[in-house]
Amino acid sequence: MADPLRFHYKVDGSNFTSAGEASVEVKKKLRQLGFSPETIRKVSIAMYEGEINMVIHARGGDADVFVYPDRIEIVLADTGPGIADVDLAMQEGYSTAPDNIRTLGFGAGMGLPNMKRNSDSMRIDSTVGVGTTIYMTILV
Amino acid sequence: MTIRTISELLDAEVLCCHERLDTDVSDACGSDMMSDVLAHVKDQAVLLTGLVNTQVIRTAMMMDMHCVVFVRGKLPSSEIISLAENNSIVVMASPHRMYEACGLLYTHGLSSKENVHG
Ligand SMILES: Nc1ncnc2c1ncn2[C@@H]1O[C@H](COP(=O)(O)OP(=O)(O)OP(=O)(O)O)[C@@H](O)[C@H]1O
Ligand SMILES: [Mg+2]
Repeated sequence: MADPLRFHYKVDGSNFTSAGEASVEVKKKLRQLGFSPETIRKVSIAMYEGEINMVIHARGGDADVFVYPDRIEIVLADTGPGIADVDLAMQEGYSTAPDNIRTLGFGAGMGLPNMKRNSDSMRIDSTVGVGTTIYMTILV
Repeated sequence: MTIRTISELLDAEVLCCHERLDTDVSDACGSDMMSDVLAHVKDQAVLLTGLVNTQVIRTAMMMDMHCVVFVRGKLPSSEIISLAENNSIVVMASPHRMYEACGLLYTHGLSSKENVHG
């Protein structure tokens, strides 16, 4: 199979204002590549939620997007605190975000379930004290 | 309803993308939690919010929205306005509170069509 197109971004964990810039770039690239609005919307929402999570929970990280003709893969890797109980974190409404995050419009515990809803498959590898890597695939 | 009509109904000041005021929209949503917007909104073209930061605009971009209304007279920074402008999202500021602003639009025929799930 042909090599995928690959886009790589550094996600700055110290800047809430710039969070989401990588997702915006990916959205523009996918539009140029001619993917359907529905596919682009799913990728955008899944990646944006993940990017925000990296900034508010994990001091930033790396985002990679691989574009294949039949699917888009998103890999979000951070060296943050890790997630102790992934099943719990996946529950709607579960959040450890502090109140100051809620005043910024996030921290309702909706992000991870929303990422799962918008992707065709999602895997979370996380080790407490080491970091978290999330793999999402969206079929075209 | 056009975005122009929305600005008139809400006594709002349009802050960017005046050239898009004749865009027709049929649905809106109101929330201060971007988490909720990202999780529960489907095809609403207009977001009303009392939250003012760059993530409001990025959320609207991710959701392919056309217009953001800041309620309660809050004025966004020039950074927020230029982000919206560069991405063709109309931004306006209304003196009305969230409840009133949503009520005005709803009674004039803008629907909500909120997704209960997914
Ligand atoms: N990259 C990450 N590193 C460490 N912990 C994380 C990470 N992503 C999520 N979590 C943990 O999982 C919880 C649930 O995440 P989720 O995205 O569902 O909700 P949230 O980010 O708290 O709020 P929302 O997404 O609604 O803004 C978080 O509160 C946090 O404890
Ligand atoms: Mg989140």
